[in-house]
Amino acid sequence: MKLEPIPMPEASISERLAGFSEVNQGYSEELAQAEAERCLQCKNSPCVEGCPVDVDIPGFIKLIREGKYTQAGLKIKETNTFPAICGRVCPQERQCQERCVLAKRGKAINIGYLERFVGDYLISHPPEQTERPALSGYKVAVVGSGPAGLAAAGDLAKLGHQVTVFEALHRPGGVLVYGIPEFRLPNITVDNELKELRRLGVEIRTDVVVGRTLTITDLREEMGFAAIFLGLGAGAPIFLGIEGENLPGVMSANEFLTRVNLMRAFDEDYDTPVQRGRNVTVIGGGNVAMDSSRVALRLGAESVKLLYRRTRAEMPARVEEVRHAEEEGVIFELLVNPVRFLADDDGNLAAVECIRMELGEPDESGRRRPVPIPGSEFTMETDQTIMAVGARVNPSARLVLPDMEQDEKGHIIVDPETLATNVPGVFAGGDVVVGEETVIRALGDGRRAAAAIDNYLRSS
Amino acid sequence: MFEIIAKHQLAEGIIEYTLQAPEVVRHHRAGQFCIIRVAQHSERIPLSIADSDPEAGTITVVVQIVGHSTQELAQLGVGDAIMDVVGPLGNPTDIGTPDRAVFIGGGVGVPAGNLMVGEMKQAGAQVLAIIGFRTRDLVIYEEKIAAQADELIVTTDDGSYGYHGLVTEPLQQRLEAGESYDLVVTVGPVVMMKAVAEVTRPYGIHTIASLNPIMVDGTGMCGACRVSVGGETKFACVDGPEFDAHQVDFDELRQRLTIYRQQEQQATEAGPHPCQLEQQIGKMQ
Ligand SMILES: Cc1cc2nc3c(=O)[nH]c(=O)nc-3n(C[C@H](O)[C@H](O)[C@H](O)COP(=O)(O)OP(=O)(O)OC[C@H]3O[C@@H](n4cnc5c(N)ncnc54)[C@H](O)[C@@H]3O)c2cc1C
Ligand SMILES: Cc1cc2nc3c(=O)[nH]c(=O)nc-3n(C[C@H](O)[C@H](O)[C@H](O)COP(=O)(O)OP(=O)(O)OC[C@H]3O[C@@H](n4cnc5c(N)ncnc54)[C@H](O)[C@@H]3O)c2cc1C
Ligand code: SF4
Ligand code: SF4
Ligand code: FES
Repeated sequence: MKLEPIPMPEASISERLAGFSEVNQGYSEELAQAEAERCLQCKNSPCVEGCPVDVDIPGFIKLIREGKYTQAGLKIKETNTFPAICGRVCPQERQCQERCVLAKRGKAINIGYLERFVGDYLISHPPEQTERPALSGYKVAVVGSGPAGLAAAGDLAKLGHQVTVFEALHRPGGVLVYGIPEFRLPNITVDNELKELRRLGVEIRTDVVVGRTLTITDLREEMGFAAIFLGLGAGAPIFLGIEGENLPGVMSANEFLTRVNLMRAFDEDYDTPVQRGRNVTVIGGGNVAMDSSRVALRLGAESVKLLYRRTRAEMPARVEEVRHAEEEGVIFELLVNPVRFLADDDGNLAAVECIRMELGEPDESGRRRPVPIPGSEFTMETDQTIMAVGARVNPSARLVLPDMEQDEKGHIIVDPETLATNVPGVFAGGDVVVGEETVIRALGDGRRAAAAIDNYLRSS
Repeated sequence: MFEIIAKHQLAEGIIEYTLQAPEVVRHHRAGQFCIIRVAQHSERIPLSIADSDPEAGTITVVVQIVGHSTQELAQLGVGDAIMDVVGPLGNPTDIGTPDRAVFIGGGVGVPAGNLMVGEMKQAGAQVLAIIGFRTRDLVIYEEKIAAQADELIVTTDDGSYGYHGLVTEPLQQRLEAGESYDLVVTVGPVVMMKAVAEVTRPYGIHTIASLNPIMVDGTGMCGACRVSVGGETKFACVDGPEFDAHQVDFDELRQRLTIYRQQEQQATEAGPHPCQLEQQIGKMQ
């Protein structure tokens, strides 16, 4: 039995930096077999406890070993609607793989890579299509087409409900298409899921801002939707409120990534402009900061520095993204926080003044709180700064349904079991409920809400 | 797809389009805007809604042809379709119940006043409209505004039509003569709106400016549209687009509107596009 984990084949650094094609190349059948072979098929399967949606990990790995890739895929899909997506973007090292019995020896099974392998297999070898279920006669509206909304829509359609997804942007997918870059999650994986939803009879309507274009009252009273799921996400970028933050040259990661991913500014055939800084600074330490840094490098930056106020150990980004960013040339400036932005004579960003930090006592999150070291200020030249310091629920979510209960941060308050809001027939899940989280959490919420909505409809 | 129902050239480089967009009309009110995307590869362009017809399900926008995306739009005619139209976005104008209101528009900002003046009248106000243009040939929406306002003053910078001077001058004169107003709404170039705010400030007249920062999504997701109002950062697409003109940092807004221009220069200086690089590397291998 081969004990060393099978590494993911990756594109070379020069190939990566030359464009937006995917870094991870995916396991071949042989590599997938070899990796699956390492799994001990533990009876108590601790790995499953680490998965937010309880994927039957030993079960699907066993099917891989048997060469039954379609069945392996369908096994994952019992609980995880989008294996090709989650296999790529789940923070596995903090979820399933962290609990794997082999993790103690640093040899955890690469569950994500295997999941991606079968997810991609399902795309290239679409399974025989199941019949569409008998229609229940109920119409359900899903607002927002991120992973929460799409997962809810899929399950509701399979339960026989007539589902319409309403999306504010011109393209469905939420963060999966506007935030996460092509080199990490090719749009084809998302398009494939959308195709599947359409086949199930789900209608996807873009360019509809619920609360502005259509109200919840329109949906219920005029258009006959008997239940509504809100998967609005938490997409409003946070700024630090420091001096000079509105200078030309300072932008949110969402703006930068949206211009590049959704609006395809990297593609000559598209008209979208995007700033291409030479000395780029990125503020933050999560996936969004890694994505922004790596996109900036691909747009031709000479230097990209990532400023994070804690240390590498506290970075919330996926370990693989941190490694990829570093390999590609992103420079980590750790224990550093921006204090203010400075302009040149033309009024454009020229530099960022920073202060050095040290780690103090642990805060509520259990991570040691960074505290500024007095007198340690220094200045760093930069012509573009990308702020990736978090996002929150869009304050205009209130417009969607003014009577809906939200907490002081704007999160929609739901019943933890059914994800029902205080407004009868209206359910919510994903980042709009829990704040910035993960794709798999959002997906899990969408599925739970779908089950609860089905229950609600059939018992009302 | 959103069909073009009518197209009129109003002046050199200024086109009025009527678009079939039945759902944008539903809840539309004065002061709101839409974002259009002409085709798959196009930018998203924010445009004020100059009029809407609930019966016909149409909206009217007036576009100044300034750059690539608007030039592309100008190629389209009646029967052609625009790929995306989303709206109505932003908050409607908070007209309140003024007794004497003023609308001050400049250039391509004037059509937005069409519905605002209508709402001011509906609210029972006596309405003075002052609309300004560079020169006579660029005068647009004069009849529409004249039909609704109690009084209309047209100004041109070069004196070729109407009052010779800036839009702020007739207002200043009336205020100095002791006329009183309780609401001023202004839409137009940043410098003009800033000047209006300075004229009304000493008189303490409630003044609203409709801001036009660069936008991407228009839903509060990107922050490209951020403006400083009373020292606080606001997102114009969801918190605005209208704000208390006496609180707006117009200089910052003007500076932020130049971002595109720099980017375009930088893009040409930055050397080959990564895609070209990709192709070159592809050829080398
Ligand atoms: C750059 C970036 C990288 C990330 N990387 C990872 C990663 O590697 N792994 C991971 O697990 N997670 C990652 N995340 C987090 C993850 O993407 C989110 O947790 C997840 O997408 C949340 O899903 P959601 O369905 O709740 O909302 P979203 O994906 O945010 O989708 C919400 C959708 O609702 C639409 N909407 C909002 N309001 C309205 C309205 N009123 N009417 C109509 N439509 C509306 C929005 O336009 C949007 O399309 C990343 C996030 C970002 C920004
Ligand atoms: C809420 C709102 C309402 C608007 N309403 C109208 C309207 O009713 N009619 C109309 O003609 N225009 C309106 N605009 C401005 C319009 O969106 C821009 O002129 C357009 O996006 C420029 O696109 P372009 O690709 O043709 O030009 P670009 O090539 O992108 O730019 C050409 C020139 O226009 C400037 N510019 C770019 N974007 C903007 C912007 N958003 N505002 C001002 N200048 C800009 C650039 O600095 C550059 O000098 C509005 C903008 C906003 C935010
Ligand atoms: S869904 Fe995510 S956490 Fe669950 S098994 Fe798959 S990769 Fe692991
Ligand atoms: S814990 Fe690890 S070895 Fe055990 S079943 Fe899960 S993946 Fe396989
Ligand atoms: S345009 Fe993106 S937040 Fe306003």
